[in-house]
Amino acid sequence: MDNMLHVSSSPHVRAKDSTNRIMAYVILALLPTSLFGIFNFGLKALLLIVLTIASCVATEWVFEKIIHKESTISDLSAVVTGLLLALNLPVTLPWWEAVLGGVFAIAIVKMMFGGLGQNFMNPALGARCFLLIAFAADMTNFVTDTYTGATPLAAMRNGEVINNMDALIGRTAGTIGETSAIAILIGAVILILLGVITLAIPASYLITFVVFMLIFGGHGFDMNYIVAQLCSGGIMLGAFFMATDYVTSPITPKGRIVFGICCGILTGLFRCFGANAEGVSFAIILSNIFVPMIEKMTIPRAFGQVKEKKEGK
Amino acid sequence: MNKNLERLYNGIIKENPTFVLMLGMCPTLAVTSSAINGLGMGLSTTVVLVLSNLLISAFRKIIPDGVRVPAFIVIVASLVTIVEFMMKAYFQSLSAALGVYIPLIVVNCIILGRAESYASKNPIMPSIFDGIGMGLGFTVGLTCIGLVRELFGAGQLFGAQVLSLSWFTPITIFVMAPGAFLVLAFLVAGMNIIRKKMDEKGKPLAQPAGCINGDCASCGKADGCKDRKGA
Repeated sequence: MDNMLHVSSSPHVRAKDSTNRIMAYVILALLPTSLFGIFNFGLKALLLIVLTIASCVATEWVFEKIIHKESTISDLSAVVTGLLLALNLPVTLPWWEAVLGGVFAIAIVKMMFGGLGQNFMNPALGARCFLLIAFAADMTNFVTDTYTGATPLAAMRNGEVINNMDALIGRTAGTIGETSAIAILIGAVILILLGVITLAIPASYLITFVVFMLIFGGHGFDMNYIVAQLCSGGIMLGAFFMATDYVTSPITPKGRIVFGICCGILTGLFRCFGANAEGVSFAIILSNIFVPMIEKMTIPRAFGQVKEKKEGK
Repeated sequence: MNKNLERLYNGIIKENPTFVLMLGMCPTLAVTSSAINGLGMGLSTTVVLVLSNLLISAFRKIIPDGVRVPAFIVIVASLVTIVEFMMKAYFQSLSAALGVYIPLIVVNCIILGRAESYASKNPIMPSIFDGIGMGLGFTVGLTCIGLVRELFGAGQLFGAQVLSLSWFTPITIFVMAPGAFLVLAFLVAGMNIIRKKMDEKGKPLAQPAGCINGDCASCGKADGCKDRKGA
């Protein structure tokens, strides 16, 4: 009889979700675009991915050894950071710069602020921006054996019309993981089906961006141009995999939409009026900074709570 | 210890304006893109600081308390103007590199801070040494930051190429604005580690003694301070 009564305190129903399970899902969802990147750019891309992941994991391990904290590398978050960072690098980048990026992402952007859950900025994007400013020439060198032309975004900036089919499939120059919109969308569908992300952030991000480009893009209601803008550069990867990072996006439902709108407007601003053709990474980390403010302003009302009426006549 | 030497030690190590008091952050972050700029900025501030401490200490009994800050500013501004013209005449390139930050020495927190909390209450000689100590502390801080930023950002030290460009790719973020914040943060963190180690050994290094800002109400160390006002 005793064996049949199981007494414990609530919660009685436990979810299977844990940090490393969710991170494993994200890695799974990133596989299509990583594999396409390796197929597109050759084994050098695989080398960069492995090196960046190794440098992120090693940095986390060493950092926690130094400050005498329990090692958290088994939660796989460092692997995700490393993979995302590698997907954001051009394949021509010297290996040591990629390793330095991994160290920066983990040591400075993540661990200095207290580790997973405390960082105010997406570590992979923080490191990408660090590398972009530190090694501007290497980070914008997209010339490989296969691709000698400019990236689609740069080409569009010069007034050229790009082949939308190439941009969709990913046979273009660019960073390792950003070129193929289809591979990224497959990953996004996996994430949504597994319940890891909701559509709120990506949808509000992309819709805002499209509206912004329709108004300020300078091409009017030209659907070809809009599709080209959506399929090239880092916006797909950013919207589905980086803007949705749990730690650095708002927790409130309304806040997520505000956050997405914020990312969309900033990306549009950078792409239309900025000095560079691309601005997704800067747009997302700038929006990351607004997250605490957005959360504060969009706290949902508790059930039964009434808005306080203003007193006085 | 001799009182004057104590002021020097106090300014350079114990209450280093850059790493301990965190004063004068604007020029610290803005002009330290190379060691020579940091050194130039530090030394010109030192000159102004020594002379302003000297004059303010000399006039401390004449300046009415109610208008002391405007009076300090007039003195500091005149000195800064002299330094600025001297630099334009003799150090053209440095003057161009430091730009608006030379005139901005007028509103440097360190100078007004020392005038308010030290020179206006103490005799001339210690005030001069206080100015030298604080000025050198500021110079050391700025030069250190400049050295690190120049080394990583350009592979140079005082303009001489030490890391060969044949294998070293300059990490240009270090000579840009974000680099200033990063390097300053790491140096302050390093200083804190040293301070903690010295505390553990029983030789406290940088417990700011006496007044930092002359304002007991907002001072964290007011409890148990023997100079506390209105206790």
